[in-house]
Amino acid sequence: MIDAEAELGRRVQEFLAAHPPAQTDRDRFLRARFEAGLAWVDYPVGLGGLDLDNSVQPAVDAAFAAAGAPDNKPQSNVIGLGMAAPTLLQWATREQQERWLPPLWTGEEVWCQLFSEPGAGSDLAAVGASARRDGEDWVVNGQKVWTSLAHTSRWALLLVRTDPTVPKHQGLTYFVVDMQSPGIDVRALRQLTGEAEFNEVYLDDVRVPDAQRLGAVGEGWRVTQTTLMNERVAIGGSVGSRETGPVADLISMWREARADRPELLDDVTRLWVDAEALRLASALSAQAAERGTPGPEGSGLKLAFAQLAQASSSLTLDVQGPQALRYDDWTEHRPDLTTPPDRVPGYWYLRTRANSIEGGTSEVMRNIIAERVLGLPAEPRVDKDIAWKDIPK
Amino acid sequence: MTELPSLLPHEVDTDLRDAVAKLLEDRSPIDAVLHRCDAPEPFGDGARALWAGLTDDLGVAGLPLAETEGGAEATWRETAVVVEALGRAVADIPFFISAVMATSLAQAAGATGLLRDLATGHEIGAVVTPFAAPFEPRAEVGLHGSRVAGRVSAVAGALESTQLLVPHPDALLLVRTTDATITPLPSLDMTRRVADVELATVEAVVLAEGREAQQAVQRAAHVSAAMLASEQLGLAEYSLESTVQYLQQRRQFGRVVGSFQALKHRLADLWTLLIQARAVARYAAACAGAEEGTAAAHDLPVAASLAQSYCGPVAVKIAEECVQLHGGIGFTWEHPAHLYLKRAKVDALALGSAAWHRRELAKQVDL
Repeated sequence: MIDAEAELGRRVQEFLAAHPPAQTDRDRFLRARFEAGLAWVDYPVGLGGLDLDNSVQPAVDAAFAAAGAPDNKPQSNVIGLGMAAPTLLQWATREQQERWLPPLWTGEEVWCQLFSEPGAGSDLAAVGASARRDGEDWVVNGQKVWTSLAHTSRWALLLVRTDPTVPKHQGLTYFVVDMQSPGIDVRALRQLTGEAEFNEVYLDDVRVPDAQRLGAVGEGWRVTQTTLMNERVAIGGSVGSRETGPVADLISMWREARADRPELLDDVTRLWVDAEALRLASALSAQAAERGTPGPEGSGLKLAFAQLAQASSSLTLDVQGPQALRYDDWTEHRPDLTTPPDRVPGYWYLRTRANSIEGGTSEVMRNIIAERVLGLPAEPRVDKDIAWKDIPK
Repeated sequence: MTELPSLLPHEVDTDLRDAVAKLLEDRSPIDAVLHRCDAPEPFGDGARALWAGLTDDLGVAGLPLAETEGGAEATWRETAVVVEALGRAVADIPFFISAVMATSLAQAAGATGLLRDLATGHEIGAVVTPFAAPFEPRAEVGLHGSRVAGRVSAVAGALESTQLLVPHPDALLLVRTTDATITPLPSLDMTRRVADVELATVEAVVLAEGREAQQAVQRAAHVSAAMLASEQLGLAEYSLESTVQYLQQRRQFGRVVGSFQALKHRLADLWTLLIQARAVARYAAACAGAEEGTAAAHDLPVAASLAQSYCGPVAVKIAEECVQLHGGIGFTWEHPAHLYLKRAKVDALALGSAAWHRRELAKQVDL
């Protein structure tokens, strides 16, 4: 183990010596890092990795950062790195992996996810966008929504209905679609914060080659599970130090304003306590995963995170006092996802409303906990065993 | 990332937990505890048999003590495993009072002789302080040379005790229980009964004086508050598990009641509180058991007040929901839900309320 780590460290240093970051073009540097297997070291040899355990990745990233190497701006391609890549690794052909993974990792090609629809949110398996076979292609029609990064993406993961005559889970098929295809219309979706972080995507007779299908026809729900499992992993963040995370702004603002509003002390202390409880629970969960026995805490931690983020951002306005009524910017614009925005507390009060909706609503989290952790029965289902086309909509 | 101590059970913890659980299963099934609550006196034959099993057979009363103190050279971390198991079983023995409160106080005061006696379980210590108050020196006891006089109300463990530790602002004193007048009170928690303690100018042994005595009480208060969280965790675990089990079987309207989303969501919320209470209790135990000079040991005052700010209310909430979600049966004397409700509520008041600990915490972390 020690030898393997030393060997890996040596490889990184050799690579940096051969490609001095200061004198190498950014894209060329990143492509070379991918080719050297030092991108995501747990990936297979030839696909950016060295077949190593992913626990050594932080050391590799730290070594590159210490040398002043450019990173692949992971925040500008979260769906690609977090969800598309593991899905492609499991379901695409080797040839497709060799085509798609290098520019995905370097950030030259951004990916998005065409899953949710106006009529299929928590009930994702109800998607109604259709694909009809036509020769070597499929012809796709429908509307997708809440698509982060659609406006900067080259590729999308697409879930569509290929057979409306069977029960909803059975009639789905999964594709990779080129976002430059004719018939794709990306429209900004303005949200209650004023900005437009997401998109609506309209698909009008979009032709997708059958070769870009992942999994069998009708097997789309299984492929989707791979993507969604990785979404949970991507959302469950790391464990920071005390007073970081959702309470950081509240606590620092409190220390400045407490003389003016002493009546809020107990409210602030309660959230300090909640934040520390969540931080310790996240640490316990991370320690269990590190030991190789991950627990089922993920859904509970996401639920608690949303509650804490909302309560903290709300109380920050109380602490702020009269100035809380000022908002900074209602103009519609695309947020820069690579750096945390410097916004007023009112913005965070509004943005955290989404924490309990995005990536699975808190209500869905509660169902998952009740059914998969506590072993309680599912609600009786009215859409079971009937064709999707016959479900009341 | 700040380096946190391990919050996971060690292998020896699992063995210890299993041994205590087995003993509880044999000597203290929940129906036996229910039955023992009806007895006029606490700590009868059944409870004493459990006590003997814990102290003589398993030898866990002196876990955190050095060998010279008659102990097992383990730490408060391991004691927390025992406390959690006893909480799960709402056991009616003075383990928390004697092996945690009195022992941590005697340990902090360096009272080696007393520690040796307490570690055997043959002597049982109680601290003369109202259980539902912050663990602090008490001014209602007067000190005249080495003689103490005064009356302290609603003291836990006095009835079972053989030795009374009296934390006075100027000194920490030791009195034999037989030298005091103990008046039992009908108690909200009949698994941990309280009594009035009257000391009529009694000769006492001085264990520590002045600043040393105050520091000993403070250390014991922190350790006790930290360890109480493990009891609260045990209460909450059992209450939630028994509620989930009941809702998996109970049918109404032709359905298993646990399939109604309204109830599932409530249980999911309770489970989410529970996993956080577990982490908080484990952290508090790790800090109490940490070696002197470490960051974790330094953080004990924060960890202890955090634990009592969080775990007390969580245990109460889950015990209340346990009664509610059991419906009518949960309100009966024959069902054990009420034992957990009463213990949880009393524990939330014990050693300072959550509100008191939040105020302490705010001072500690500069809020």
